[in-house]
Parts: sequence; C-alpha cells; structure tokens
Amino acid sequence: MAAEVIPPVTTKDDRILPPEYELKEAEPEHCPGPESEMAGKADACDGCANKEICESLPKGPDQDIPLITENLAGIKHKILVLSGKGGVGKSTFSTMLSWALSADEDLQVGAMDLDICGPSLPRMLGCSDEMVHESNSGWTPVYVADNLAAMSIQFMLPEDDSAVIWRGSKKNQLIKKFLKDVDWDELDYLVVDTPPGTSDEHISINKFMGESGIDGALIVTTPQEVALLDVRKEIDFCKKAGIKILGLVENMSGFVCPNCKGESQIFKPTTGGGKALCEELGIRFLGSVPLDPRIGKCSDLGESFLDAYPESPASTAVLQVVESLRDAVGDV
Amino acid sequence: MSEFGEEDDGPAPSLAQIKHIILILSGKGGVGKSSVTTQTALSLCEKGFKVGVLDIDLTGPSLPRMFGLEDQSIFQDTNGWRPVEVKTNGKGSLSVISIGFLLGDRGNSVVWRGPKKTAMIKQFVKDVAWGELDYLLIDTPPGTSDEHISIAEQLRFSGPDGAIVVTTPQGVATADVKKELNFCKKIDLKIIGIVENMSGFICPHCAECTNIFSSGGGEALAKEFSVPYLGNIPIDPQFVDMLENQKNSDKTLSELYSESSIHEIFQGIIQKVLDQKHPGRF
Repeated sequence: MAAEVIPPVTTKDDRILPPEYELKEAEPEHCPGPESEMAGKADACDGCANKEICESLPKGPDQDIPLITENLAGIKHKILVLSGKGGVGKSTFSTMLSWALSADEDLQVGAMDLDICGPSLPRMLGCSDEMVHESNSGWTPVYVADNLAAMSIQFMLPEDDSAVIWRGSKKNQLIKKFLKDVDWDELDYLVVDTPPGTSDEHISINKFMGESGIDGALIVTTPQEVALLDVRKEIDFCKKAGIKILGLVENMSGFVCPNCKGESQIFKPTTGGGKALCEELGIRFLGSVPLDPRIGKCSDLGESFLDAYPESPASTAVLQVVESLRDAVGDV
Repeated sequence: MSEFGEEDDGPAPSLAQIKHIILILSGKGGVGKSSVTTQTALSLCEKGFKVGVLDIDLTGPSLPRMFGLEDQSIFQDTNGWRPVEVKTNGKGSLSVISIGFLLGDRGNSVVWRGPKKTAMIKQFVKDVAWGELDYLLIDTPPGTSDEHISIAEQLRFSGPDGAIVVTTPQGVATADVKKELNFCKKIDLKIIGIVENMSGFICPHCAECTNIFSSGGGEALAKEFSVPYLGNIPIDPQFVDMLENQKNSDKTLSELYSESSIHEIFQGIIQKVLDQKHPGRF
C-alpha cells in the first residue's frame, strides 16, 4: 500500500486571543490571523469554524496591557525562571533565588508562581496556608518576610489538594490578574516561576509583561539528554518570543554519598550536560548545583536551605549563580 | 461538551481493536512518567502482548528518544497514520506515536495554546491506524489542563482501564499528585495504582542507599486515597545509560532492558497491574 510521510507540523508561535474568543478549531492553512484586519474576511475564512469568532474580535491592541504596565511600573528587574522539562528544580531555584536576594534587607523581592495546575512555590517558601487579601489597591500578596512577597493560585484554593482543571484560556485570565491586580508595590526583583512547556502560560506572560520589560530568562536544566532535549525547545521558544536568556544553570549535577563521600552522576550528562549545550547555543553557563538530599527536605518543610546549610557546596553554588544573575541584569 | 459535534458521540473507530487503554499520569513534571511508560511497554511486550504507546506531551515529548526512534517519521496510508515500530525479539509488538516524529528539527519548540493542542490530540486519537492491540498506553504531560481535559473527552466513550499514577517521594511532588488524583475522581477515571519513582539511590561505591528525594511518599499517598500501591523504583543511572546508548548496541531495547537490574523490580509492578485482571474493552 502506498504510504506518504506526514509533513512536519508548523511550529510558528501561536496567536494570542482574548480568552472569551477561544477558537473552536485550529486555524486553517492560509489563516490571515485572528488579530489581523482581515480576520473573518479572507478566502480561507469561508467554511472555517472560527469565522464568526474572528469577525467579532476586537481589532487593535489588548486594552489591559497599559494597565499591567502601569501596575508593574515600580518593579526594577523581572526574571523568568524557565525550563522545558518538569521536575528539574525551577521552583526550588526560584525559591532559593528569592531567599538569596531578600537576604539583603535593602532589596524588595517578589515571587510569582505561574504554575496554575501544580503550584509549588508556597510550600517551598513555607507559606502554603496563607490567603490572599483584597484591598482598594488590589490583591495583597502574601508576605513571607518584610521584603519578600509571594503570589500563587495555591493561596486561593478551597483545599490544599484541589485540582485546578482549567484549559489555557482560563489560566491566561488568572495570569493577567496576577499582573494587573496584585499590589506588588515597589520591587527590586520579581522572580517568575513557570510550569514546564511552551504553551499558554509562557505565551501569555511574554505578551502581557513584554511591554513593561522582562530582563530575561534563567533556564534551569538537569544534566541528562532527555531533559536537555526539552530545554532546547524552551531556548528555541525564547528566541522566537524575543526573550533574552540571562544564562543557564545545571541542577542535580553530581551526588556526593553522605556515607562514603564517593561522587556519582545520578543524571548522567551523556551529551555533555548544560555546559556543552551552552557552548553549542552561545548561552552563558552560570554554574552547576550538586544534588544535596537536604535541599528536598528543606523544600518540603518550607525552610531556607541557604540559611540552614550555608556550608553545603550546593549553597555556595547557588549563591554564585545568584551573583552572576545580578550581574547579568546590570545590578551590583 | 457542546464544542464537539455528533461524530464524537461514540467510541473512536480507530480504537475499536484495542483491548486495554491505560493512561500514565502525574501532577508533577520530571517524576518519570515517560520512563514508567517505557518500562510498562517493554514489560508487556516481553510477555507477548501487542502494545501501542501514544505520547500526548506536545511541548516536551520524550518517548522518541527513550525508544531510540528520534530520526523516525510517521507515514500515512489509506487506513490512517502508521505508528512507528520498535524492534522486538519476536515476542509481542511495540509501536509509538509522538509529536516528536512531526518536528522538523529536534530542537524545535511547539509553541501552542490550548485549541491547537486539543486539535492535535483529537487527531492522534482518531487518525492513527493502531490495528489490533492488547494495550494502548497513553503518556501525558504534567498538570490537569488542556491535554488532560482533551484526552478525557476523546476517551469518554472508549472505556479506558484506568490510570497508573507516578510520583516521587517528596512532599512537593505528592502535593501535585494529589491534585491529579482528584482530577481522576472528577472525570471518573479508575486509578490502577501509584508507582513511587526515584525512591532512593544506591551508592555504587559503598552500596549505601540514600533517599535523595526522601521515601515512602507514594505508599502514604495510596493509603490516603485508598488506591492500590504498585511499588517503588529506585534511581538507577544504568537505566538512563541503557536508553542513551541503545544505538551503539547490537541488541534490541527489549533485550537490553530484560538484562538490566531495574527490570526485575519493575516486573513486580507490572504483575500487580495484570493481577487486577481488568476485563478490558471487549
């Protein structure tokens, strides 16, 4: 039987639509773009299930973006913590970064959790039982310390383990609220923790926050190729989306046995790990953080690992990465 | 749901000759869903079953690399899309569908919002010519969002056996997995059981076992939710080595796997799944 190869899917950036205009189907091949002047009127629109939606779309820029830009005007540096892969330590690193920065009493720090279905920041920051309060100036974030504010969907769930079964459009609405309606006040740093992947959350944060200026992204990976494969995709996304890459950190690289002090590579860098990837793609390598079982324990308890075990090689490595990051955004 | 037309009011014909459908889920990323999927597939295949694997992680597909199929493409003929075959040792059969086969370059990102992901999953369910299968395993991305809602909708008339839920031991992971278990409850998907992955690491130098990501979290979770506990799998760097170096070996992946140290541990898990004697779809 004759067989033909299925052509590659188009991987161009997906379009951004207001949530109430969710498309019914994927766009046809010659779609003029739902946000274009021709939306709903081009030849390709005849017979497309989205025709009506596109015709009724408001033309022109998103009206909320100026409001977001205004709300975020008092924030000096905005850093996204990204990785294509799950479970590599994005939230752990976001937490440690927030703690390390806020150790300097002169700095005001915010931590925002964009992972709507699997929020981990509140637990790691030790504030998972807190609630968000509403005031005249908007939603007040949860203060973990005088100079460390956090925001996450976890603060709004009826039960700790409630599942948030939301499609992308609903997630986008919440992300917009986090940016537009949270009273962040003046911040030196806003650290944005993200879920794995390159989908709604990532497209939205870039679109909503782009105008107010994103300093760049910190990419987190683990050493093995299965993780690097997904991280390549995230780097590709950053390039397409115009997000500057501040650098890459390799987490969970190497493990020192607490019993015999022998070192092992648990997640083996069979293709050279994060460092080789950085060299290949021309990205700044910020360092490797070794596996220390106490990091996981501190994360579960919501304690600062950097404060609890300052002598650990992992602490030293994290602080070095934080310094390089501050350098990369032009602070210090 | 109203967004689907009449054509969706019944089991997909493409799944008609598939006896069992099992989803592999976890609320948390990087806990080993794809690695558990791979081991389940290889183990079932070794027992002589015909196995298909569907990867619905669209933005981070790992299965093509795990099965050593990274340079492969999907072909279609009049019956539909042909899944990519994995060489076996004569026993059983194994074939895979993943978006990884549809990317021009392995570094390409798929930057898609929900509707496009939904459309792709629908196509994966409807257009693939799986033929006769004993098991279809569906590997998923982390979370409870578009991919999960879409696959649940696509399978709603197709009677899947249930879900194998993967976790790692630490609280940060089980917290997310609880959300996934509640998702399963909500959509009425049976939990076949919980697997605890990355449960301890045996030091190759002194054989001391360190619980890098703590331990016991999976079993406690199974108790709390009154669902079966299938067992735990330690961290085994050799398993990753085996997957990464399969191209340099003359042996098939099945052979390599059956000789690996993790193989025996996983047999206990797969036996517990088979012992449940799920009647299947026909």
